[in-house]
Amino acid sequence: MNSTDWRLIQDNAWPMLEALLRVTIPLTALSFLLGLILALFVALARLSSRKYLSLPARAFISAVRGTPLLVQLSLIYYGLPQFGIQIDPFPSAVIAFSVNVAGYAAEVIRASILSIPKGQWEAGTTIGMDYGTTLRRIILPQASRTAVPPLSNTLISLLKDTSLASVITVSEMFRIAQVAAAQSFQFFTLYLVAAVYYWVVCVALSAGQNRLEARFDRYVAR
Amino acid sequence: MNELVSVKGLTKSFGDNHVLRGVHFAISSSSVTTLIGPSGSGKTTVLRSLNSLEIPEAGIVRIDDVTVDFAAKPKASQLKRLRDQSGMVFQAHNLFPHKTVIENIVEGPVVVQKRPKEEAIADGLKLLERVGLGEKADQYPFQLSGGQQQRVGIARALALRPKVVLFDEPTSSLDPELVGEVLAVMKDLAVDGWTMVVVTHEIRFAQQVADQVLFMDGGVILESGPPAEVIADPKHDRTKQFLKRILDPI
Repeated sequence: MNSTDWRLIQDNAWPMLEALLRVTIPLTALSFLLGLILALFVALARLSSRKYLSLPARAFISAVRGTPLLVQLSLIYYGLPQFGIQIDPFPSAVIAFSVNVAGYAAEVIRASILSIPKGQWEAGTTIGMDYGTTLRRIILPQASRTAVPPLSNTLISLLKDTSLASVITVSEMFRIAQVAAAQSFQFFTLYLVAAVYYWVVCVALSAGQNRLEARFDRYVAR
Repeated sequence: MNELVSVKGLTKSFGDNHVLRGVHFAISSSSVTTLIGPSGSGKTTVLRSLNSLEIPEAGIVRIDDVTVDFAAKPKASQLKRLRDQSGMVFQAHNLFPHKTVIENIVEGPVVVQKRPKEEAIADGLKLLERVGLGEKADQYPFQLSGGQQQRVGIARALALRPKVVLFDEPTSSLDPELVGEVLAVMKDLAVDGWTMVVVTHEIRFAQQVADQVLFMDGGVILESGPPAEVIADPKHDRTKQFLKRILDPI
């Protein structure tokens, strides 16, 4: 690398970090949180023996997983205004990413709930618990342990997918890199900086995953 | 002795398989009833009907002042009231693995029955002493042996202060060496006056501890009475055959 490259990195590293902290990470965190909440309800509906709950849940999961995220983002930001529904870039991104996370995480949560032996539900029932209490106090705490690795995957994918929000003009980190690159024609250097930033955050997320797994393992024989 | 539990005309089928074909019996309070019989005879289904984990198609179950008529499609709230009358010990213990021993025991009393936590813990520790596990309160289930886990399961059932304790083959999945410690605890409970219904293959336990033995075969109770009759001097050929096989398998 020559001195122009270093100058470029010096000029843009800070604005990109700012975008990472102010936009990319909040967008990821908010979408993941909302997505998980939605996913829990979709998973429970999908598990229900009532057709009017399980069928819409199946359809939702199928639609989300069967269409590209870029198309989902574009539908919300560029498509909905045709019907008079105009949503700002950031909230559009939050909606699209939450829905997307929900589609994938619902299946993870469903599988984790199914991995808990039926006897745990029965034990909850015989000590007098109703469905909701058994779910909250007995099933979900155990299912969480199973769900941590696959949900960590979802979170890490989401962090990187937020770069797609650049196409709907959200000024997240990658958009800042794109703008700077377009002015300087130094695509490689700037995109490399972006890649390193994403990677560093992913390493931190993986470390968080390991700690969480260790915490859940305290009640399991090794 | 007053009659605490009565069961009339229980019928249940899974598809074409008629598991229960009209089961009748009664249980007096502070007595031990054992249900014995071959696999598939319906003993576990009867036990699970007493707390409506299994919903029979027809039949009436009464425990103390709560009566449920299954033919009348009882509401969830009625089933819940019936269920609150009993505690259950499972074959596979079904302890909550993410909770310590004492947390397992106080979960029902505190979360469901809304009893003060300190009181529930104090009672729970006493129950743990009773089943010989006073030292284990803060361990997780995986740190215990199979027999200890099952004794915690018993303490968890008793902590609800149920009128009847239901045991579903409590020693069937234990190492033979560990069966004795669980049966010993159950004997103590019988002496303490708990009303118990036990599905078991432990014929000697039935002989020594039971007040009433019910022999089931093909979805009905074929023979019932004190162990001196049903086990020591069975009337039915089917009962004789079953007892011979189980007591003298080779």
